[in-house]
Amino acid sequence: MTNCQECERIAGYSHGLRETLMTGAETKDEGDRAARDRDVQELDQVVIRFAGDSGDGMQLTGDQFTRTTALMGNDIATFPDFPAEIRAPAGTIPGVSAFQLRFSSFDIHTPGDAPDVLVAMNPAALKVHLPLLKKDGILLLNTASFKAINLKKAKYEVDPRTDDTLDGYRVIEVDLTERTKEALANCPLDSRGKDRCKNMYALGILYWLFHRETEPTEKAIAHKFAKKPDVVEANLIAMKAGHAYAETTEIFQTAYKVAPARLPPGTYRNIMGNQALCLGLVAASKRCEVPLFLGSYPITPASDILHQLSGYKHHGVITFQAEDEIAAVCAAIGASYAGQLGITSTSGPGVALKTEAMGLAIMAELPLIVLNVQRAGPSTGMPTKTQQADLLQAMYGRNGESPMVVIACSTPADAFEVGYEAIRIATKHMVPVMVLSDGYIANGSEPWRLPAVDELPPIDVRYAPEGEAGVKFEPYKRDPETLARPWAKPGTPGLVHRIGGLEKQDGTGNISYDPANHQHMVDTRAQKVANVANDLPPLEPVGARTGDVLVLGWGSPRGAITAAVTRMQQQGHRVSAAFLRHLNPLPNDLEALMRGFKRVVLPELNKGQLALMLRSTYLIDVQSYSQVNGQPFRSQDIQDFLEKVLEELRG
Amino acid sequence: MTDVDGRKITKRDFKSDQDVRWCPGCGDYSILNSVQAAFADLGKKLHETVIISGIGCSSRFPYYMETYGFHTIHGRAPALATGVKLSNPDLDVWVVTGDGDAMSIGGNHFIHTMRRNVGLKVLMFNNRIYGLTKGQYSPTSPHGKVTKSTPMGSVDHPFSPIALALGAGGTFVARSVDILAPHLQATIKRADGHGGTAVVEVYQNCNIFNDGAYKHFTDKVVRSERMVELRQGEPLLFGKDHTKGIAFDENFQPYLVEGDDLGKAYVWDEAAASPAPAMALATMDESRFPVPIGVFRRQDKANYEQAVNLQVEHAKSTTQQSLEELLYAGEIWEVS
Ligand code: SF4
Repeated sequence: MTNCQECERIAGYSHGLRETLMTGAETKDEGDRAARDRDVQELDQVVIRFAGDSGDGMQLTGDQFTRTTALMGNDIATFPDFPAEIRAPAGTIPGVSAFQLRFSSFDIHTPGDAPDVLVAMNPAALKVHLPLLKKDGILLLNTASFKAINLKKAKYEVDPRTDDTLDGYRVIEVDLTERTKEALANCPLDSRGKDRCKNMYALGILYWLFHRETEPTEKAIAHKFAKKPDVVEANLIAMKAGHAYAETTEIFQTAYKVAPARLPPGTYRNIMGNQALCLGLVAASKRCEVPLFLGSYPITPASDILHQLSGYKHHGVITFQAEDEIAAVCAAIGASYAGQLGITSTSGPGVALKTEAMGLAIMAELPLIVLNVQRAGPSTGMPTKTQQADLLQAMYGRNGESPMVVIACSTPADAFEVGYEAIRIATKHMVPVMVLSDGYIANGSEPWRLPAVDELPPIDVRYAPEGEAGVKFEPYKRDPETLARPWAKPGTPGLVHRIGGLEKQDGTGNISYDPANHQHMVDTRAQKVANVANDLPPLEPVGARTGDVLVLGWGSPRGAITAAVTRMQQQGHRVSAAFLRHLNPLPNDLEALMRGFKRVVLPELNKGQLALMLRSTYLIDVQSYSQVNGQPFRSQDIQDFLEKVLEELRG
Repeated sequence: MTDVDGRKITKRDFKSDQDVRWCPGCGDYSILNSVQAAFADLGKKLHETVIISGIGCSSRFPYYMETYGFHTIHGRAPALATGVKLSNPDLDVWVVTGDGDAMSIGGNHFIHTMRRNVGLKVLMFNNRIYGLTKGQYSPTSPHGKVTKSTPMGSVDHPFSPIALALGAGGTFVARSVDILAPHLQATIKRADGHGGTAVVEVYQNCNIFNDGAYKHFTDKVVRSERMVELRQGEPLLFGKDHTKGIAFDENFQPYLVEGDDLGKAYVWDEAAASPAPAMALATMDESRFPVPIGVFRRQDKANYEQAVNLQVEHAKSTTQQSLEELLYAGEIWEVS
């Protein structure tokens, strides 16, 4: 079969893959698969990147590989990387959509720095993603798309397959378009419909290459296109044809296996960040028996929160797609005022618009959750690219002294706990809470060890009871411990009162311009937020509590930091890491932890915003490691930086 | 209807203990008075009534009412009130706003509230000026208006809030005047009885920055000649002895009729299928025609908060899912 035209064009490294594809590879002969006389190698991890045109179904392909792999018990982390344009012109560089995933037999924290395998459906995808591919990595190309016009769109002067561009990679050329068409010769779909199945053909090839089961995808596709049996059939035929093609041709010398990861025991589910955040909110709402109300206006990358919560009506969730960002937050404040859990979901530009209303919630001392799924700014920025540069906006982006609780999620699964925590804080302390996520967390996924429902911490919500005759209700009479004011629902007899954005007298809530009262209220609102720190759990660093370097992190860099720090610890360095979920107020034990190290390094996907806060709060010389290119950190870059810091310390 | 200490509720019960701080002589006083009287007549319960306002002189209103009240931010009262009404449809939610608050900074929320038909009652005090910020022209100030920000006269064109509400699909759109207490109270009561969004534009005199803005038609001596009251099922007549009328030509352009032609006066139907007659009245030239007050339009239409909550109730009754089932959904696997 080696005479197939598409068959391999191996660029010199026939056995290279073994070294390339990860550490700990071990050749095994798989006797149980008689049809395969090729080697099966065991790997401990693989990074794959699917890249193609927006219309090539790369997200779906990546998603299917992810589900299958999660079900097979590997640890997995994903990174969808797609363009903002829904359909940028076909074949162009801006139209390239990619999905990176990394799966392993051990606990991983990131979707990997550089892929071992790149599937490039067209020249533009090759152009954008080839620089990332590991040397000696596998490159699967769809030859059908390497026509002059596509090469031109991808700004290739010459076909990269004909010069030295692809030297050093293991290139597999397959005419996916033609192969798929052949496989679907008897299917009733039109030729465009058939062409759209080529991603499944590619998936079939990779399923063979990495010993993946096809059954989960069969089920998922049948479910996804339940109303279009022809489409289901064509997709599955294409996938199986790809699988069979890989098995019967000799494009690969070797197939690979990645053993299941030894994850902590439990029940798992693969989860994306936006999903987990929604589940955390719903779980908290069920636990405290207060219905959720989401006011939202569509915005990338937060819209999925609106979509998902809209599907939870059976859990009593009301969703309101407002006329704009401001109406969305105002409606949420109205809902909280009426006794529900008001939430608004958005991204940075939307937060900017909600600013004034957040100030009102601070003044009215109502619970409110503002979900900011950050994206690259400023202004419209790069909507589909990740960044965590809205921290200072969350902290200080309002007029007047208007402190707000700020918490952040750090991984897709962590978003569940953060959503839950947001509601706990907002209702216990009667304060608005800003939750920071980002595009990387929102769309990335990982296996989530499901919590036991009865072990979720209780959230105790008490509304103000009916008033007594003759006693004037005081809307700002405070809980002595938290300073929270009562949550007095309209409709409750005896509690009529007026609140608003004007400064008010403590206790009565009447309008007050008294200087002493204003000072007192400003101090009180600050103290209320500070009091949130009183019941935070102690920080749990990765590594020792003292040492040379403490790497602090918040939000999505957690994975890359953990990977870098763990590797350095294995090399014997006295480096620890700690992650902050609570950014305002900061944990009470943070300062002592920082003072236990010679240096504190803080990698952030911004220009050093938390570093600025920590330096001014603690007068500790926190060293910022900043990256603001719309991409997540590579753990190797963090490691390189830390090595330099250690060198300086020694030097 | 009883509320306070088991006795019948009175206008007094709606007065809060806060000193009213509008300028002496401001039209807002009469409106407050009329609202309190109408609410008492309607037998409203203090604790079931919520008044939500934005920013502006009118928006101080909630502080003076012994009900639940929320003085929010500029222009956003309808949005906030929508959240309240969706969360608890049983509450009786009133929005008090002004021409700057609702027509300018909050225009978007105003029109979308109409479009959705949220069960809110909106009292829009139109004084054709910015009062709280001390006298700049507003979106309803006439062209050429000289104010602090338009020393050479405003070059902006005003619009008609009634026409805006009609255009946005308003299902109850009415107008009254601060000093016409019986008419205002009757209009408030009619708004109260409407299921969806009810908007009442109240012409209100700002005696400090725009004194007498409506004098040319509300003054007792000219009133009968310069105003026309819309009465359901009756012809559009005005004048001292109802000797003049308004008719429409085939293009729905209004013209005045009298004498033998009086019979051509249009018979008012606030519930007419077409909004055209209401729109024609709402956009009539104030200098040539009498100014209409009353109900321009009333339509029965499903209201928003009910539709939203119906879906929620339906979903709850058809899909029971425990929290455990929700979390442990989809493809799950065990690791031992
Ligand atoms: S400024 Fe005008 S509208 Fe405002 S309170 Fe004074 S008189 Fe009334």
